[in-house]
Amino acid sequence: MAGLTARRARRQRAFRWTVLLVLGVFFLLPLVAMLEFTTRDGGGTWRLLVDWPRLSATYPDLSAGIVASLGQAALTALLMLVLLVPTAIWVRLRLPWLRRFVEFICLLPLTIPAIVLVVGLAPVYAWVTYFLGGSSLTLTFAYTILVLPYAYRAIDAGLSAIDVRTLAEAARSLGAGWATVMWRVVLPNIRSAVLSAAFLTVALVLGEFTIASLLNRTNVQVAINFLGKSSATMSVAVSLAALFLAFVLLLLLSLIGGGRRGGSEAAPLSTAKESP
Amino acid sequence: MADVVEAPVPVASAPRNRGLAHARSLLGVVPFFAYVAIFLVVPTLVVVIGAFAGDGGFTMSNLTALGDRYILEAFGRSILLSAVTAAIGAVLGALLAYALVTAKPGGVLRRVVTAASGVLAQFGGVTLAFAFLATIGLSGFVTIWLQEHLSINIYANGVWLFELPGLALVYTYFQIPLMVIVFLPALDGIRPQWREATESLGGSTWQYWTRVAGPLLAPAFLGSTLLLFANAFSAYATAAALISQGNPIIPLQIRTALTSEVVLGQQNLGKAMALGMVVVVSVVMTLYALLQRRTVRWLG
Repeated sequence: MAGLTARRARRQRAFRWTVLLVLGVFFLLPLVAMLEFTTRDGGGTWRLLVDWPRLSATYPDLSAGIVASLGQAALTALLMLVLLVPTAIWVRLRLPWLRRFVEFICLLPLTIPAIVLVVGLAPVYAWVTYFLGGSSLTLTFAYTILVLPYAYRAIDAGLSAIDVRTLAEAARSLGAGWATVMWRVVLPNIRSAVLSAAFLTVALVLGEFTIASLLNRTNVQVAINFLGKSSATMSVAVSLAALFLAFVLLLLLSLIGGGRRGGSEAAPLSTAKESP
Repeated sequence: MADVVEAPVPVASAPRNRGLAHARSLLGVVPFFAYVAIFLVVPTLVVVIGAFAGDGGFTMSNLTALGDRYILEAFGRSILLSAVTAAIGAVLGALLAYALVTAKPGGVLRRVVTAASGVLAQFGGVTLAFAFLATIGLSGFVTIWLQEHLSINIYANGVWLFELPGLALVYTYFQIPLMVIVFLPALDGIRPQWREATESLGGSTWQYWTRVAGPLLAPAFLGSTLLLFANAFSAYATAAALISQGNPIIPLQIRTALTSEVVLGQQNLGKAMALGMVVVVSVVMTLYALLQRRTVRWLG
Protein backbone atom coordinates (compact mmCIF):
# COMPACT_ATOMS: atom_id res chain seq x y z
CA MET A 1 0.00 0.00 0.00
CA ALA A 2 2.79 2.40 0.94
CA GLY A 3 4.60 1.66 -2.33
CA LEU A 4 1.40 2.25 -4.26
CA THR A 5 0.85 5.60 -2.59
CA ALA A 6 4.43 6.66 -3.22
CA ARG A 7 4.20 5.67 -6.85
CA ARG A 8 0.97 7.58 -7.24
CA ALA A 9 2.46 10.65 -5.55
CA ARG A 10 5.38 10.51 -7.99
CA ARG A 11 3.06 10.15 -10.96
CA GLN A 12 0.92 13.03 -9.75
CA ARG A 13 3.98 15.20 -9.32
CA ALA A 14 5.10 14.51 -12.89
CA PHE A 15 1.59 15.21 -14.17
CA ARG A 16 1.39 18.41 -12.15
CA TRP A 17 4.62 19.86 -13.47
CA THR A 18 3.86 18.91 -17.05
CA VAL A 19 0.48 20.66 -16.94
CA LEU A 20 1.88 23.70 -15.16
CA LEU A 21 4.79 24.00 -17.56
CA VAL A 22 2.71 23.76 -20.73
CA LEU A 23 -0.05 26.09 -19.55
CA GLY A 24 2.46 28.37 -17.88
CA VAL A 25 4.16 28.94 -21.22
CA PHE A 26 0.79 29.55 -22.90
CA PHE A 27 -0.20 32.14 -20.30
CA LEU A 28 3.13 33.89 -19.86
CA LEU A 29 4.04 34.09 -23.54
CA PRO A 30 1.60 36.90 -24.45
CA LEU A 31 2.76 38.92 -21.44
CA VAL A 32 6.42 38.47 -22.35
CA ALA A 33 5.60 39.25 -25.96
CA MET A 34 3.88 42.49 -24.94
CA LEU A 35 6.97 43.53 -23.02
CA GLU A 36 9.24 42.63 -25.91
CA PHE A 37 6.98 44.35 -28.43
CA THR A 38 6.93 47.60 -26.48
CA THR A 39 10.66 47.71 -25.79
CA ARG A 40 11.81 47.26 -29.38
CA ASP A 41 12.37 51.00 -29.63
CA GLY A 42 14.68 51.01 -26.62
CA GLY A 43 12.08 52.02 -24.05
CA GLY A 44 10.95 55.23 -25.71
CA THR A 45 7.32 54.16 -25.57
CA TRP A 46 7.45 53.57 -21.84
CA ARG A 47 9.25 56.85 -21.21
CA LEU A 48 6.51 58.59 -23.15
CA LEU A 49 3.83 56.74 -21.25
CA VAL A 50 5.03 57.89 -17.83
CA ASP A 51 5.59 61.46 -19.00
CA TRP A 52 2.03 62.73 -18.66
CA PRO A 53 2.37 66.21 -20.25
CA ARG A 54 4.20 64.83 -23.26
CA LEU A 55 1.76 61.93 -23.54
CA SER A 56 -1.28 64.17 -23.56
CA ALA A 57 0.38 66.38 -26.15
CA THR A 58 1.30 63.44 -28.40
CA TYR A 59 -1.85 61.32 -27.97
CA PRO A 60 -4.64 63.60 -26.71
CA ASP A 61 -7.27 60.89 -27.32
CA LEU A 62 -5.38 58.45 -25.14
CA SER A 63 -4.94 60.82 -22.22
CA ALA A 64 -8.60 61.82 -22.48
CA GLY A 65 -9.51 58.13 -22.38
CA ILE A 66 -7.36 57.50 -19.33
CA VAL A 67 -8.86 60.46 -17.48
CA ALA A 68 -12.38 59.38 -18.46
CA SER A 69 -11.75 55.81 -17.25
CA LEU A 70 -10.42 56.95 -13.89
CA GLY A 71 -13.41 59.24 -13.44
CA GLN A 72 -15.84 56.49 -14.41
CA ALA A 73 -14.18 54.02 -12.04
CA ALA A 74 -14.35 56.41 -9.08
CA LEU A 75 -17.92 57.51 -9.76
CA THR A 76 -19.15 53.97 -10.39
CA ALA A 77 -17.61 52.70 -7.16
CA LEU A 78 -19.24 55.59 -5.30
CA LEU A 79 -22.66 55.17 -6.88
CA MET A 80 -22.54 51.39 -6.41
CA LEU A 81 -21.78 51.78 -2.72
CA VAL A 82 -24.39 54.48 -2.13
CA LEU A 83 -27.01 52.41 -3.89
CA LEU A 84 -26.17 48.92 -2.77
CA VAL A 85 -24.86 49.07 0.78
CA PRO A 86 -27.84 50.81 2.43
CA THR A 87 -30.26 48.69 0.41
CA ALA A 88 -28.56 45.43 1.35
CA ILE A 89 -28.48 46.36 5.04
CA TRP A 90 -32.05 47.65 5.01
CA VAL A 91 -33.37 44.53 3.30
CA ARG A 92 -31.64 42.32 5.83
CA LEU A 93 -33.04 44.27 8.76
CA ARG A 94 -36.53 45.28 7.72
CA LEU A 95 -37.55 43.39 4.60
CA PRO A 96 -36.10 39.88 4.82
CA TRP A 97 -38.86 38.55 2.54
CA LEU A 98 -37.50 40.77 -0.22
CA ARG A 99 -33.96 39.43 -0.04
CA ARG A 100 -34.31 36.67 -2.65
CA PHE A 101 -35.84 39.15 -5.07
CA VAL A 102 -33.09 41.73 -4.56
CA GLU A 103 -30.51 38.99 -5.07
CA PHE A 104 -32.24 37.89 -8.26
CA ILE A 105 -32.26 41.46 -9.59
CA CYS A 106 -28.61 41.95 -8.72
CA LEU A 107 -27.53 38.75 -10.46
CA LEU A 108 -29.71 39.44 -13.53
CA PRO A 109 -27.01 41.36 -15.45
CA LEU A 110 -25.02 38.11 -15.57
CA THR A 111 -27.54 36.63 -18.00
CA ILE A 112 -27.76 39.78 -20.11
CA PRO A 113 -24.64 40.16 -22.27
CA ALA A 114 -23.25 43.71 -22.39
CA ILE A 115 -23.85 43.82 -26.14
CA VAL A 116 -27.55 43.15 -25.50
CA LEU A 117 -27.73 45.67 -22.68
CA VAL A 118 -26.27 48.33 -24.93
CA VAL A 119 -29.04 47.76 -27.49
CA GLY A 120 -31.62 48.52 -24.81
CA LEU A 121 -29.59 51.30 -23.25
CA ALA A 122 -29.34 53.33 -26.45
CA PRO A 123 -32.82 54.93 -26.07
CA VAL A 124 -32.30 55.40 -22.32
CA TYR A 125 -29.05 57.19 -23.03
CA ALA A 126 -30.79 59.47 -25.51
CA TRP A 127 -32.59 60.82 -22.44
CA VAL A 128 -29.43 60.86 -20.34
CA THR A 129 -27.72 62.91 -23.02
CA TYR A 130 -30.75 65.23 -23.14
CA PHE A 131 -30.63 65.88 -19.39
CA LEU A 132 -26.94 65.57 -18.52
CA GLY A 133 -25.11 65.98 -21.79
CA GLY A 134 -22.89 63.55 -23.66
CA SER A 135 -20.02 63.40 -21.20
CA SER A 136 -18.22 60.07 -20.92
CA LEU A 137 -18.77 60.18 -17.19
CA THR A 138 -22.47 59.43 -17.77
CA LEU A 139 -21.40 55.85 -18.51
CA THR A 140 -21.32 55.53 -14.74
CA PHE A 141 -25.04 54.71 -14.81
CA ALA A 142 -24.61 51.72 -17.10
CA TYR A 143 -21.46 50.54 -15.33
CA THR A 144 -23.20 50.49 -11.98
CA ILE A 145 -25.62 47.95 -13.45
CA LEU A 146 -22.75 45.92 -14.94
CA VAL A 147 -20.91 45.60 -11.63
CA LEU A 148 -24.05 44.87 -9.63
CA PRO A 149 -23.63 41.05 -9.53
CA TYR A 150 -20.04 41.16 -8.34
CA ALA A 151 -20.51 44.00 -5.89
CA TYR A 152 -23.68 42.47 -4.49
CA ARG A 153 -22.01 39.13 -3.88
CA ALA A 154 -19.07 40.76 -2.11
CA ILE A 155 -21.28 42.91 0.12
CA ASP A 156 -23.76 40.12 0.80
CA ALA A 157 -20.90 37.82 1.86
CA GLY A 158 -19.70 40.54 4.22
CA LEU A 159 -23.15 40.99 5.73
CA SER A 160 -23.60 37.23 6.15
CA ALA A 161 -20.41 37.06 8.17
CA ILE A 162 -21.72 39.39 10.89
CA ASP A 163 -24.87 39.42 12.97
CA VAL A 164 -26.42 42.55 11.47
CA ARG A 165 -29.68 42.21 13.36
CA THR A 166 -28.15 42.01 16.85
CA LEU A 167 -25.81 44.88 16.07
CA ALA A 168 -28.70 46.99 14.84
CA GLU A 169 -30.92 46.14 17.78
CA ALA A 170 -28.16 46.93 20.24
CA ALA A 171 -27.54 50.28 18.58
CA ARG A 172 -31.26 51.09 18.34
CA SER A 173 -31.87 50.23 21.97
CA LEU A 174 -29.11 52.68 22.86
CA GLY A 175 -30.99 55.35 20.95
CA ALA A 176 -29.25 55.33 17.58
CA GLY A 177 -31.19 56.35 14.48
CA TRP A 178 -31.11 54.28 11.31
CA ALA A 179 -28.46 56.51 9.74
CA THR A 180 -26.19 55.97 12.74
CA VAL A 181 -26.83 52.23 12.62
CA MET A 182 -25.75 52.04 9.01
CA TRP A 183 -22.90 54.53 9.01
CA ARG A 184 -21.32 53.91 12.40
CA VAL A 185 -22.31 50.39 13.36
CA VAL A 186 -22.80 48.13 10.35
CA LEU A 187 -20.50 49.80 7.82
CA PRO A 188 -17.30 49.56 9.90
CA ASN A 189 -18.02 45.87 10.35
CA ILE A 190 -18.21 45.15 6.63
CA ARG A 191 -15.24 47.33 5.71
CA SER A 192 -13.33 44.61 3.91
CA ALA A 193 -16.41 43.51 1.94
CA VAL A 194 -17.02 47.11 0.87
CA LEU A 195 -13.40 47.39 -0.15
CA SER A 196 -13.65 44.17 -2.20
CA ALA A 197 -16.75 45.46 -3.95
CA ALA A 198 -15.01 48.75 -4.72
CA PHE A 199 -11.87 47.04 -6.06
CA LEU A 200 -13.87 44.71 -8.27
CA THR A 201 -15.83 47.67 -9.57
CA VAL A 202 -12.69 49.60 -10.43
CA ALA A 203 -11.13 46.58 -12.15
CA LEU A 204 -14.24 45.91 -14.21
CA VAL A 205 -14.78 49.53 -15.20
CA LEU A 206 -11.15 49.93 -16.30
CA GLY A 207 -11.61 46.96 -18.64
CA GLU A 208 -14.98 47.92 -20.12
CA PHE A 209 -15.18 48.50 -23.86
CA THR A 210 -18.52 47.34 -25.27
CA ILE A 211 -20.86 49.95 -23.83
CA ALA A 212 -18.45 52.86 -24.10
CA SER A 213 -17.66 52.25 -27.74
CA LEU A 214 -21.24 51.60 -28.85
CA LEU A 215 -22.68 54.60 -27.00
CA ASN A 216 -20.03 56.81 -28.65
CA ARG A 217 -18.27 57.73 -25.47
CA THR A 218 -14.64 57.28 -24.57
CA ASN A 219 -12.59 55.46 -21.98
CA VAL A 220 -9.15 53.93 -21.91
CA GLN A 221 -10.19 50.77 -23.79
CA VAL A 222 -11.86 52.74 -26.56
CA ALA A 223 -8.74 54.90 -26.79
CA ILE A 224 -6.45 51.85 -26.99
CA ASN A 225 -8.56 50.35 -29.73
CA PHE A 226 -8.59 53.61 -31.67
CA LEU A 227 -4.86 54.12 -31.22
CA GLY A 228 -4.15 50.56 -32.31
CA LYS A 229 -4.86 51.57 -35.91
CA SER A 230 -2.04 54.13 -35.97
CA SER A 231 0.40 53.31 -33.18
CA ALA A 232 0.29 49.66 -32.22
CA THR A 233 3.29 49.90 -29.90
CA MET A 234 1.68 52.54 -27.71
CA SER A 235 -1.58 50.56 -27.63
CA VAL A 236 0.20 47.45 -26.49
CA ALA A 237 2.11 49.42 -23.85
CA VAL A 238 -1.08 50.93 -22.43
CA SER A 239 -2.72 47.49 -22.53
CA LEU A 240 0.14 46.04 -20.52
CA ALA A 241 0.01 48.90 -18.04
CA ALA A 242 -3.77 48.52 -17.64
CA LEU A 243 -3.37 44.80 -17.18
CA PHE A 244 -0.68 45.34 -14.58
CA LEU A 245 -2.94 47.75 -12.71
CA ALA A 246 -5.78 45.22 -12.75
CA PHE A 247 -3.34 42.56 -11.53
CA VAL A 248 -2.33 44.70 -8.57
CA LEU A 249 -5.93 45.59 -7.73
CA LEU A 250 -7.18 42.02 -7.86
CA LEU A 251 -4.17 40.65 -5.99
CA LEU A 252 -4.84 43.19 -3.24
CA LEU A 253 -8.42 41.97 -3.35
CA SER A 254 -7.45 38.34 -2.90
CA LEU A 255 -5.20 39.39 -0.01
CA ILE A 256 -8.16 41.09 1.67
CA GLY A 257 -10.22 37.98 0.93
CA GLY A 258 -7.45 35.79 2.33
CA GLY A 259 -7.64 37.73 5.59
CA ARG A 260 -11.22 36.55 6.09
CA ARG A 261 -11.18 32.91 6.99
CA GLY A 262 -13.61 30.34 5.69
CA GLY A 263 -11.90 28.62 2.76
CA SER A 264 -13.24 31.04 0.20
CA GLU A 265 -10.21 32.12 -1.77
CA ALA A 266 -11.11 34.72 -4.34
CA ALA A 267 -14.75 34.28 -3.32
CA PRO A 268 -16.06 37.42 -5.00
CA LEU A 269 -14.51 36.29 -8.25
CA SER A 270 -15.86 32.81 -8.09
CA THR A 271 -18.22 33.00 -11.02
CA ALA A 272 -16.09 35.61 -12.68
CA LYS A 273 -17.08 37.99 -15.36
CA GLU A 274 -19.38 37.34 -18.29
CA SER A 275 -18.39 40.01 -20.70
CA PRO A 276 -14.77 40.09 -21.69
CA MET B 1 -37.79 40.45 14.97
CA ALA B 2 -36.97 43.92 13.77
CA ASP B 3 -40.20 45.06 15.41
CA VAL B 4 -38.53 44.56 18.77
CA VAL B 5 -36.67 47.78 18.32
CA GLU B 6 -39.78 49.72 17.34
CA ALA B 7 -41.57 51.75 19.98
CA PRO B 8 -44.17 49.64 21.79
CA VAL B 9 -47.41 49.79 19.83
CA PRO B 10 -50.82 50.01 21.50
CA VAL B 11 -52.75 46.85 20.70
CA ALA B 12 -55.83 48.54 19.26
CA SER B 13 -54.07 50.42 16.49
CA ALA B 14 -51.59 47.70 15.75
CA PRO B 15 -52.77 46.70 12.26
CA ARG B 16 -52.80 50.27 10.94
CA ASN B 17 -49.40 51.12 12.40
CA ARG B 18 -47.97 47.86 11.22
CA GLY B 19 -49.13 48.72 7.73
CA LEU B 20 -47.63 52.19 8.03
CA ALA B 21 -44.32 50.86 9.29
CA HIS B 22 -44.38 48.38 6.45
CA ALA B 23 -44.88 51.11 3.89
CA ARG B 24 -42.10 53.14 5.51
CA SER B 25 -39.80 50.12 5.33
CA LEU B 26 -40.52 49.77 1.64
CA LEU B 27 -39.55 53.40 1.09
CA GLY B 28 -36.01 52.42 2.02
CA VAL B 29 -35.57 50.31 -1.11
CA VAL B 30 -37.21 52.77 -3.51
CA PRO B 31 -33.95 54.38 -4.73
CA PHE B 32 -32.44 51.01 -5.54
CA PHE B 33 -35.48 49.71 -7.38
CA ALA B 34 -36.02 52.99 -9.21
CA TYR B 35 -32.44 52.91 -10.42
CA VAL B 36 -32.64 49.29 -11.49
CA ALA B 37 -35.94 49.98 -13.25
CA ILE B 38 -34.46 52.76 -15.35
CA PHE B 39 -31.11 51.22 -16.24
CA LEU B 40 -31.83 47.49 -16.25
CA VAL B 41 -35.55 46.80 -16.62
CA VAL B 42 -36.28 49.49 -19.22
CA PRO B 43 -33.36 48.43 -21.47
CA THR B 44 -34.47 44.81 -21.21
CA LEU B 45 -38.03 45.79 -22.13
CA VAL B 46 -36.75 47.92 -24.99
CA VAL B 47 -35.04 44.83 -26.42
CA VAL B 48 -37.97 42.49 -25.86
CA ILE B 49 -40.69 44.85 -27.06
CA GLY B 50 -38.53 46.26 -29.85
CA ALA B 51 -38.00 42.78 -31.23
CA PHE B 52 -41.75 42.61 -31.89
CA ALA B 53 -42.29 46.21 -32.94
CA GLY B 54 -42.51 47.50 -36.49
CA ASP B 55 -43.71 50.67 -38.14
CA GLY B 56 -47.34 50.07 -37.39
CA GLY B 57 -47.20 48.24 -34.06
CA PHE B 58 -46.84 44.55 -33.46
CA THR B 59 -45.01 42.50 -36.05
CA MET B 60 -43.19 39.24 -36.38
CA SER B 61 -41.08 40.44 -39.28
CA ASN B 62 -38.02 41.16 -37.10
CA LEU B 63 -38.07 37.65 -35.76
CA THR B 64 -38.65 36.08 -39.15
CA ALA B 65 -35.72 38.16 -40.41
CA LEU B 66 -33.61 36.16 -37.96
CA GLY B 67 -34.13 33.30 -40.40
CA ASP B 68 -32.06 35.14 -43.02
CA ARG B 69 -29.10 33.13 -44.10
CA TYR B 70 -26.39 35.52 -42.95
CA ILE B 71 -27.92 35.85 -39.47
CA LEU B 72 -28.41 32.12 -39.08
CA GLU B 73 -24.82 31.60 -40.15
CA ALA B 74 -23.62 34.21 -37.65
CA PHE B 75 -25.57 32.49 -34.89
CA GLY B 76 -24.13 29.16 -36.00
CA ARG B 77 -20.58 30.50 -35.94
CA SER B 78 -21.14 32.12 -32.54
CA ILE B 79 -22.40 28.85 -31.13
CA LEU B 80 -19.58 26.88 -32.74
CA LEU B 81 -16.95 29.30 -31.45
CA SER B 82 -18.43 29.23 -27.94
CA ALA B 83 -18.76 25.44 -27.92
CA VAL B 84 -15.21 24.84 -29.14
CA THR B 85 -13.59 27.30 -26.74
CA ALA B 86 -15.79 26.05 -23.88
CA ALA B 87 -14.73 22.45 -24.57
CA ILE B 88 -11.02 23.27 -24.87
CA GLY B 89 -11.15 25.59 -21.87
CA ALA B 90 -13.04 23.04 -19.80
CA VAL B 91 -10.65 20.17 -20.50
CA LEU B 92 -7.44 22.16 -20.03
CA GLY B 93 -8.87 24.08 -17.08
CA ALA B 94 -9.97 20.87 -15.39
CA LEU B 95 -6.49 19.38 -15.86
CA LEU B 96 -4.94 22.48 -14.33
CA ALA B 97 -7.44 22.44 -11.47
CA TYR B 98 -6.64 18.77 -10.81
CA ALA B 99 -2.94 19.57 -10.84
CA LEU B 100 -3.64 22.16 -8.16
CA VAL B 101 -5.67 19.76 -6.05
CA THR B 102 -2.85 17.23 -5.98
CA ALA B 103 -0.46 19.95 -4.83
CA LYS B 104 0.02 20.79 -1.19
CA PRO B 105 -3.22 22.30 0.12
CA GLY B 106 -2.73 25.94 1.04
CA GLY B 107 0.70 25.88 -0.60
CA VAL B 108 2.28 28.72 -2.53
CA LEU B 109 1.70 27.07 -5.91
CA ARG B 110 -2.01 26.76 -5.38
CA ARG B 111 -2.44 30.26 -4.02
CA VAL B 112 -0.47 31.83 -6.84
CA VAL B 113 -2.27 29.94 -9.59
CA THR B 114 -5.72 30.62 -8.10
CA ALA B 115 -5.00 34.32 -7.74
CA ALA B 116 -3.58 34.48 -11.28
CA SER B 117 -6.63 32.66 -12.62
CA GLY B 118 -8.87 35.20 -10.91
CA VAL B 119 -7.09 37.99 -12.72
CA LEU B 120 -6.74 36.28 -16.11
CA ALA B 121 -10.40 35.24 -16.20
CA GLN B 122 -11.19 38.96 -16.02
CA PHE B 123 -8.61 39.71 -18.69
CA GLY B 124 -10.52 40.15 -21.87
CA GLY B 125 -11.49 42.63 -24.43
CA VAL B 126 -9.29 45.02 -26.28
CA THR B 127 -6.32 44.49 -23.98
CA LEU B 128 -6.30 40.78 -24.68
CA ALA B 129 -6.60 41.32 -28.40
CA PHE B 130 -3.52 43.54 -28.32
CA ALA B 131 -1.65 41.03 -26.20
CA PHE B 132 -2.12 38.47 -28.95
CA LEU B 133 -1.27 40.99 -31.63
CA ALA B 134 2.07 41.49 -29.89
CA THR B 135 2.50 37.72 -29.64
CA ILE B 136 1.39 36.22 -32.93
CA GLY B 137 0.44 39.27 -34.94
CA LEU B 138 2.22 39.82 -38.22
CA SER B 139 5.16 41.44 -36.44
CA GLY B 140 4.55 39.64 -33.16
CA PHE B 141 7.21 38.19 -30.91
CA VAL B 142 6.48 34.52 -31.62
CA THR B 143 5.78 35.03 -35.30
CA ILE B 144 9.14 36.67 -35.88
CA TRP B 145 11.02 34.25 -33.65
CA LEU B 146 9.64 31.22 -35.49
CA GLN B 147 10.39 32.84 -38.82
CA GLU B 148 13.97 33.69 -37.94
CA HIS B 149 15.00 30.59 -36.01
CA LEU B 150 12.96 27.78 -37.52
CA SER B 151 11.84 29.44 -40.75
CA ILE B 152 8.26 28.55 -39.98
CA ASN B 153 5.67 30.94 -41.31
CA ILE B 154 2.58 30.43 -39.19
CA TYR B 155 0.58 32.46 -41.67
CA ALA B 156 1.64 30.53 -44.75
CA ASN B 157 -2.02 29.66 -45.34
CA GLY B 158 -3.44 33.11 -44.64
CA VAL B 159 -3.60 35.31 -41.56
CA TRP B 160 -5.95 33.24 -39.40
CA LEU B 161 -5.46 35.40 -36.29
CA PHE B 162 -8.06 37.89 -37.49
CA GLU B 163 -10.60 35.19 -38.28
CA LEU B 164 -12.50 32.61 -36.26
CA PRO B 165 -9.54 30.29 -35.49
CA GLY B 166 -7.60 33.24 -34.09
CA LEU B 167 -10.58 34.30 -32.05
CA ALA B 168 -10.89 30.78 -30.66
CA LEU B 169 -7.24 30.82 -29.58
CA VAL B 170 -7.64 34.20 -27.90
CA TYR B 171 -10.84 33.16 -26.12
CA THR B 172 -9.07 30.11 -24.71
CA TYR B 173 -6.87 32.54 -22.82
CA PHE B 174 -9.71 33.60 -20.54
CA GLN B 175 -11.72 30.36 -20.68
CA ILE B 176 -9.06 28.18 -19.02
CA PRO B 177 -8.64 30.41 -15.92
CA LEU B 178 -12.42 30.72 -15.59
CA MET B 179 -12.69 26.93 -15.62
CA VAL B 180 -10.07 26.69 -12.88
CA ILE B 181 -12.06 29.08 -10.70
CA VAL B 182 -15.45 27.44 -11.14
CA PHE B 183 -14.29 23.81 -11.18
CA LEU B 184 -11.82 23.90 -8.30
CA PRO B 185 -14.48 23.89 -5.54
CA ALA B 186 -16.01 20.70 -6.98
CA LEU B 187 -12.61 18.97 -7.09
CA ASP B 188 -12.02 20.05 -3.51
CA GLY B 189 -15.25 18.30 -2.58
CA ILE B 190 -13.80 14.92 -3.60
CA ARG B 191 -12.79 13.19 -0.38
CA PRO B 192 -9.66 11.04 -0.14
CA GLN B 193 -11.74 8.50 1.80
CA TRP B 194 -13.67 7.65 -1.37
CA ARG B 195 -10.48 6.64 -3.09
CA GLU B 196 -9.38 4.65 -0.06
CA ALA B 197 -12.77 2.94 0.03
CA THR B 198 -12.44 2.04 -3.65
CA GLU B 199 -8.99 0.61 -3.06
CA SER B 200 -9.96 -1.35 0.04
CA LEU B 201 -12.71 -2.95 -2.07
CA GLY B 202 -10.11 -3.89 -4.69
CA GLY B 203 -10.87 -1.20 -7.25
CA SER B 204 -8.21 0.05 -9.65
CA THR B 205 -7.38 3.64 -10.49
CA TRP B 206 -9.32 3.25 -13.73
CA GLN B 207 -12.36 1.98 -11.87
CA TYR B 208 -12.07 4.80 -9.34
CA TRP B 209 -12.15 7.43 -12.07
CA THR B 210 -14.88 5.85 -14.21
CA ARG B 211 -17.15 4.56 -11.44
CA VAL B 212 -16.66 6.93 -8.50
CA ALA B 213 -14.99 10.27 -9.19
CA GLY B 214 -16.14 10.55 -12.81
CA PRO B 215 -19.89 10.34 -12.18
CA LEU B 216 -19.53 12.60 -9.13
CA LEU B 217 -17.67 15.27 -11.07
CA ALA B 218 -19.68 15.00 -14.28
CA PRO B 219 -22.45 17.47 -13.32
CA ALA B 220 -19.91 20.00 -12.07
CA PHE B 221 -17.82 19.58 -15.21
CA LEU B 222 -20.81 19.94 -17.52
CA GLY B 223 -22.13 22.89 -15.56
CA SER B 224 -18.79 24.68 -15.69
CA THR B 225 -18.57 24.00 -19.42
CA LEU B 226 -21.99 25.61 -19.89
CA LEU B 227 -20.85 28.65 -17.94
CA LEU B 228 -17.81 28.89 -20.21
CA PHE B 229 -20.10 28.61 -23.21
CA ALA B 230 -22.26 31.50 -22.02
CA ASN B 231 -19.12 33.48 -21.27
CA ALA B 232 -17.76 33.10 -24.80
CA PHE B 233 -21.16 33.57 -26.39
CA SER B 234 -21.66 36.95 -24.67
CA ALA B 235 -18.15 38.21 -25.39
CA TYR B 236 -17.95 41.18 -27.70
CA ALA B 237 -14.94 43.39 -27.07
CA THR B 238 -12.22 40.88 -28.00
CA ALA B 239 -13.88 40.11 -31.29
CA ALA B 240 -14.56 43.77 -32.02
CA ALA B 241 -10.90 44.64 -31.52
CA LEU B 242 -9.50 41.64 -33.36
CA ILE B 243 -11.74 41.03 -36.34
CA SER B 244 -11.43 43.72 -38.95
CA GLN B 245 -13.31 42.25 -41.87
CA GLY B 246 -16.91 41.14 -41.92
CA ASN B 247 -19.12 40.27 -38.99
CA PRO B 248 -18.75 36.54 -38.55
CA ILE B 249 -20.38 36.32 -35.13
CA ILE B 250 -23.66 37.60 -33.79
CA PRO B 251 -22.37 40.30 -31.39
CA LEU B 252 -20.61 41.93 -34.33
CA GLN B 253 -23.81 41.72 -36.39
CA ILE B 254 -25.57 43.56 -33.57
CA ARG B 255 -22.88 46.23 -33.68
CA THR B 256 -23.53 46.76 -37.37
CA ALA B 257 -27.28 46.91 -36.78
CA LEU B 258 -26.69 49.53 -34.08
CA THR B 259 -24.18 51.75 -35.81
CA SER B 260 -24.83 51.60 -39.53
CA GLU B 261 -27.63 53.27 -41.41
CA VAL B 262 -30.77 51.29 -40.79
CA VAL B 263 -32.20 49.37 -43.67
CA LEU B 264 -35.83 50.28 -44.19
CA GLY B 265 -38.14 47.91 -42.33
CA GLN B 266 -35.30 46.43 -40.32
CA GLN B 267 -34.84 49.09 -37.65
CA ASN B 268 -35.48 46.58 -34.96
CA LEU B 269 -33.47 43.71 -36.35
CA GLY B 270 -30.69 44.42 -33.83
CA LYS B 271 -33.19 44.04 -31.03
CA ALA B 272 -34.39 40.74 -32.45
CA MET B 273 -30.81 39.44 -32.60
CA ALA B 274 -30.23 40.69 -29.06
CA LEU B 275 -33.34 38.83 -27.94
CA GLY B 276 -32.02 35.72 -29.65
CA MET B 277 -28.78 36.04 -27.69
CA VAL B 278 -30.67 36.46 -24.42
CA VAL B 279 -32.70 33.33 -25.16
CA VAL B 280 -29.56 31.27 -25.81
CA VAL B 281 -27.79 32.58 -22.71
CA SER B 282 -30.87 32.07 -20.52
CA VAL B 283 -31.28 28.46 -21.64
CA VAL B 284 -27.61 27.75 -20.99
CA MET B 285 -27.64 29.46 -17.59
CA THR B 286 -30.80 27.61 -16.53
CA LEU B 287 -29.16 24.30 -17.36
CA TYR B 288 -26.10 25.49 -15.45
CA ALA B 289 -28.21 26.25 -12.38
CA LEU B 290 -29.86 22.82 -12.55
CA LEU B 291 -26.50 21.05 -12.82
CA GLN B 292 -25.13 23.20 -10.03
CA ARG B 293 -27.95 22.07 -7.76
CA ARG B 294 -27.09 18.47 -8.54
CA THR B 295 -23.40 19.10 -7.91
CA VAL B 296 -23.81 20.42 -4.39
CA ARG B 297 -25.70 17.29 -3.36
CA TRP B 298 -22.39 15.40 -3.22
CA LEU B 299 -19.62 17.91 -3.59
CA GLY B 300 -21.07 20.96 -1.85
